[in-house]
Amino acid sequence: MEILLPSIVRGLGIGSTYALLAVGFVVIYRATEVVNFAQPALMILGAYFTSWFVIGLGMPFPVGVIAAMIVMAGIGAVTERVAMRPLVGQPVFSAAMVTVGVFIVLTMVASRLIGPDILTVGDPWGLERVEVGGFAVFQIDLAKIVISLGAISAVGVLLKRSRIGLAMRATSLDQETALAQGVNVGRMFSLAWAMSAGLAALAGMLIGTGAGGIEATTALVALKALPVIIVGGIDSIQGSVVAGLFIGVAESLTRTYQPEYAPWLGANFDVVVPYLILIVGLMVRPYGLFGTPEVQRV
Amino acid sequence: MSSTPRSLRRGRPELYSDYAADQAIWNTAAKRWSTGLVLLLALSLPFMLNRDLMGLMALVVVYAISGIGLNLVSGYAGQISLGHAVFMGLGAYTAALLGGSPSSTVRGLELDLLIWLPMAGIVPALIGWLFAPLAARVRGLYLAILTLGLLFVGEHVFKEATWLTGGSGVGRAPAAPSILGFDLYARRTVLGTELSAIGVFYLFALLLLVVMAVLARNVARTRQGRAFSAVRDRDIAAEVMGVPLLRTKRLAFTLSSFYAGIGGALMTIVIGFTTPEKWSLLLSIDFLAVVLIGGAATITGPIIGAAFVVLMPRFIETFAGSLPEWFVSTTVGGGGLLNVFQLQGLLFGVMIVIFLVAEPRGLFGVWIRIRNYFKAWPFSY
Repeated sequence: MEILLPSIVRGLGIGSTYALLAVGFVVIYRATEVVNFAQPALMILGAYFTSWFVIGLGMPFPVGVIAAMIVMAGIGAVTERVAMRPLVGQPVFSAAMVTVGVFIVLTMVASRLIGPDILTVGDPWGLERVEVGGFAVFQIDLAKIVISLGAISAVGVLLKRSRIGLAMRATSLDQETALAQGVNVGRMFSLAWAMSAGLAALAGMLIGTGAGGIEATTALVALKALPVIIVGGIDSIQGSVVAGLFIGVAESLTRTYQPEYAPWLGANFDVVVPYLILIVGLMVRPYGLFGTPEVQRV
Repeated sequence: MSSTPRSLRRGRPELYSDYAADQAIWNTAAKRWSTGLVLLLALSLPFMLNRDLMGLMALVVVYAISGIGLNLVSGYAGQISLGHAVFMGLGAYTAALLGGSPSSTVRGLELDLLIWLPMAGIVPALIGWLFAPLAARVRGLYLAILTLGLLFVGEHVFKEATWLTGGSGVGRAPAAPSILGFDLYARRTVLGTELSAIGVFYLFALLLLVVMAVLARNVARTRQGRAFSAVRDRDIAAEVMGVPLLRTKRLAFTLSSFYAGIGGALMTIVIGFTTPEKWSLLLSIDFLAVVLIGGAATITGPIIGAAFVVLMPRFIETFAGSLPEWFVSTTVGGGGLLNVFQLQGLLFGVMIVIFLVAEPRGLFGVWIRIRNYFKAWPFSY
C-alpha cells in the first residue's frame, strides 16, 4: 500500500495532464474534424512563455500562467488563420499534414527560444509532500489533478451553457447550417484553436513543474494525448478525462512495478504503455469509450 | 511501341489506337527521351562529383526507394502511415544481422548481399503483412494514430534488442555490401576514372532504384493498382464494386514495407553507423514530406521529393554563410537569430505547409502545370 497509493496518485496527476492535452485535441477536432498534430509544439511554447513571464520577468506565478495562456491563445488563433483556414473544404488528411508542418515550424521556434537549457516554470509546489489519509503524496500531483480537472470543467461548462459554446457545438454539428443560422463559423475555428492552445499552455506548465523542467524535446510527451483521445473517443470531453486518468495510472503503475516483475520488457517500458493501450483500444473499440461512431456513406 | 502507323501519328502525339499504347509507361516520345537523358545524367554523376556530394546523391537514391514504398501505401492506396520508419529499421537490422560482422555487443552472420538484401525486404514485408489486418480495421486519421503507436512500440523494441541494434545511443555498423566477393563499397576504376567507394555504391543503388521504380509503376497500372486507387478514393464504394478491402490494403502494406526495408538497409550503408534513435517520428515525417512535396500517387514524384528533402538542408547550409550573421549563425552556439539547423527545420516545415496549401500535387504538379502551359502555347488553354 505504501507504494501502491502514491503511485496511483502520481498516475492520476500525470493522467489529468494528459486529459487536459486531450481536451485540446477534442476541441479542435469537434470544430474542424482535424487532429491537430501541432499540439505538442503549442504545449512546449506555452511552457516557455510561463517560464519567461514568471522567472524572466518576475510576475507572480498565477499571473504568469494566465498571461502565457493568453499569449498562446493568440498564437493558436493566428496559426489557424494563416495555415489552416485556406484548407477548409480540402481533405482532412491535407489539413492534418499541415498541422505536422506547423508542428515542425513551432518546434524549431521553441528550440531557438529554449536553447540547450532546461527551464523551470517557477511553480510554488516544488517537491513538497502533504499527508492525505495517512499517506504522503506530492503536492504537485494534487495540484495537477485540481487544475486540470478545473480547467476541463470550465471548458465543459462553456461549451454546454454559454452562447459561444452553443455556436461552437452548432458548428461542429453542421458547418453550413450553422452558417445559415448566423454563426460566424470562421471565428469559431479561431476560437477552438485559441482555446486549445491556451489549454496546451496550461498543460505545458503542469508538465514543467517539479523536478523535470522543460527541454525542447519534452514536446513529445504531448503525443501521449493521442492514445487518450482514441481510447476515450475523439469527440468526447468526458471520454478524455476517463481515458486520461486511466492511461496515467496504467503508466505510473507500470513504472512502479514493471522493473521488478517483468524486467524483460526493458527499461523505460512505461513510456510505451499508452501506445500499447492505444493499439488495443483501436482494435476493440475504434470509436473509443464515449465517441460517436462515424457514419459512412458511399 | 504503337500499332498506329508513324505517318498517322505525326503531329498528333496523343493519338493512340489501342489501350496498351495509351497505358504504356513511356507513352510519348518526349517521355522516352527525357527519361533516357535523366538516367544518363544520373549515371555520369559519380564521374563528376566529389565524395562528399556523392554521399548526398546516394542518400537521395535510397530515400527515393523508400519514398516510392510509402507512396504505394499512402499515395496510391490512401492509407496514411506514420510507421514507415519502423519498417525501414526492420530492414536495416535484418540486413545488419545477416550481412554485418559480429562484435562484442552485436551479432552478425557475415552473409552475402545476395542473401541479406532480399531478406531485408522480405522480413519487413512479412511484418507489414501481419500488421495489415489491424490497419484495415481503421481508416484515415485513426490509421495515422495507430501507426504512430506502432512507431513508438517499434522504437522501444529497437532500443531494447541490444544484441541486434547495439542499444540506445550506441548503435552498430551496417551490413557489408559485397556480392559474391565483389565489394560494392570500394574504390574502383571504371572507364579509366577512379570512382570513390560511395560513387560505386551509388551506381548499385541507382540500378536498384530503376528496377524498383519500374516495378512500382507497373504495379500501379495493373488491376491491383487500380484497386489501390479505388480504395483510396472511396473505400466503401470500392468494396461495393467487389474490390476486396483487406486483401488490397494488405498488398499495399506488404509492398510498401518491402520497399521500406530495402531502403532502410541501403540507407544504413550510406550513413554508416546507426543508432536505434534514427528510426523515429522525424524520419517518418521526412518520408511523408518526400511523398507530399514530390507528388502523391506518382513514381517520379518521390524521386524529385527525395532530392528536395535530402539536398535542401545542404543548400541552406551552403548559402547560410552569405546571409548576415545577426540572422543566421553557422554554429550551434552562435549569437544569430537562428542557427543553421533551426533554419533548415523551419524551412522544412514551411515547405510542407506551402505545398499542401498551394500545390497539393507537389513538385510533380508544378511540372504538370509547366508542361500544360507549353502544350497549349501560345494559347492560354
